[in-house]
Amino acid sequence: MAPLASRKTNLASRKTNLASRKTIIGGLTVIGLIVLWFVLTTFTGLVTGARFPSPAEFWLSLNQINGRGYAGSTLASHALHSLKLVLMGFTVAVLTGVPLGLWMGWSRRAEAFINPVFLIIRPIPPLAWIPLAILWLGLGDAAKILVIWFSAFVPSVINAFTGVRNIDKPILEAARMLGTPRWRMVREVILPASLPMIFTGLRLSLQASWTTLVAAELVGALVGVGFVLNMAQQDIYPGMILVGMVTVGILGWATTLLLARIERQALAWNVAARD
Amino acid sequence: MASRPLGLGETLLLGLAGLSSFIGLWSFLSLSGIVPAQFLPGPLDVASRFWTLLTAPFAGATLPAHLASSFQRYAYGVLLAAMIGIPLGLLMGFFRLLDDIVTPIFDGLRFIAPIAWVPFAALWFGTGVGGPIMIIFAGAFPPCLINAYRGARFVEPRLVEAARMLGTPSSRMILEVLLPAAVPSIIAGLRVSAGLGWQSLVGAELIVAAAGVGFMMVQAQGSVQTPTVMAGMIAIGLVGMLIDVLLRQGEGWLRRRRGLES
Repeated sequence: MAPLASRKTNLASRKTNLASRKTIIGGLTVIGLIVLWFVLTTFTGLVTGARFPSPAEFWLSLNQINGRGYAGSTLASHALHSLKLVLMGFTVAVLTGVPLGLWMGWSRRAEAFINPVFLIIRPIPPLAWIPLAILWLGLGDAAKILVIWFSAFVPSVINAFTGVRNIDKPILEAARMLGTPRWRMVREVILPASLPMIFTGLRLSLQASWTTLVAAELVGALVGVGFVLNMAQQDIYPGMILVGMVTVGILGWATTLLLARIERQALAWNVAARD
Repeated sequence: MASRPLGLGETLLLGLAGLSSFIGLWSFLSLSGIVPAQFLPGPLDVASRFWTLLTAPFAGATLPAHLASSFQRYAYGVLLAAMIGIPLGLLMGFFRLLDDIVTPIFDGLRFIAPIAWVPFAALWFGTGVGGPIMIIFAGAFPPCLINAYRGARFVEPRLVEAARMLGTPSSRMILEVLLPAAVPSIIAGLRVSAGLGWQSLVGAELIVAAAGVGFMMVQAQGSVQTPTVMAGMIAIGLVGMLIDVLLRQGEGWLRRRRGLES
């Protein structure tokens, strides 16, 4: 079967060609953007520093916040504080939301009992809870954790619920026929089978956590990346605004990557999730 | 056990029980004084406050007026996102080069929460109308782009090949082959956009606006008027739900018209 084999290698090499083409064009785009940034701000001055920082201004702001600090402390401690709050709120939401979703998926009674309440609370966007959270708990960490919990809770519940409902009936029936006790049923059948859906929910939850935290810190905080953004906005300090935004992006990216790695570990048995 | 659906009667009964225990717990916490009424007003207080706000102004306007000003910004932001995101997504689905150029930029920006654009939005477009519109745009744009792109990219290849064989020019290919085939995906994206845009609007108004429901809530928070804050939350939830229901209806209508299962 020589022709087929050669066709296969041809296809494979075409694939790698396409991939390398992608990286080359992507790399060129990034370089082009950086050049454009220099040209617009530094060389021609078409965009003034009052609107968008030049690379030099960005670098100065970065050095300032890393050295002397800005808005009360250094970038690292602002970032760590935000990261801590997101991880805490996210963890609480997952630990409460996933079991609730699993339970609602498992028991029609639980679903019928909880769903109406869920339906009236769900349309309220998580960000709309911020003023209430501040009224209840003030400007400190507790209010932020509460709002992050609200925002990350809903996707966790919905996806865990859907995960259970989408389990193939024969799997459940087989396990039941073999007389699997309830606890083992949950741990060894329901949880693993709904895990891919649960992780989809966790990804959405994580994203929602970051959005909510940044918003909450912009509305009122004493430390954190959102607070840096807020101070920079009030000081009309574009360089520092950009530093804050880049930090938000990097933190979001890093935590998403971490979650994806955990997902790969947890779903190592699942062929569909491996690609 | 998860296998058998409940009867209608049982569903209704359990649902009512759920709702009444929710409202009961809320009333109990508030009326018994475990949580001071100043911070957790009872359901009736919130309802009557909502009713008053329909006619009595707070923070410069009545609730419907605040909602109208919010909705205007929202509509502009989402429309702008759809008008730029959908064509760009279709073009990216057709021209590989554009895809390779835009995707890295898009991936880089994706992890920045839309709300983080607030300072630049305020700096570039002010805090009146322009700034909030930009933030709504930042929230609503990605789903428009992604879904139009996916819709165009995963069109049945036979359709594209047939059209290409007949010598269809690129412009007609996009408008008459890719666009119609991508419509279901685009509409689904619009629904997500509408939800995210509404969410971004609330965030934007909490931070920078001088009118709108979010602004009303921040003012009420500043003067510890919890019923007003909660009335604002209800109003936001209701309008968000209304938008979603309308778009769902539209989506269903479109799918039926195109002969797809609803």
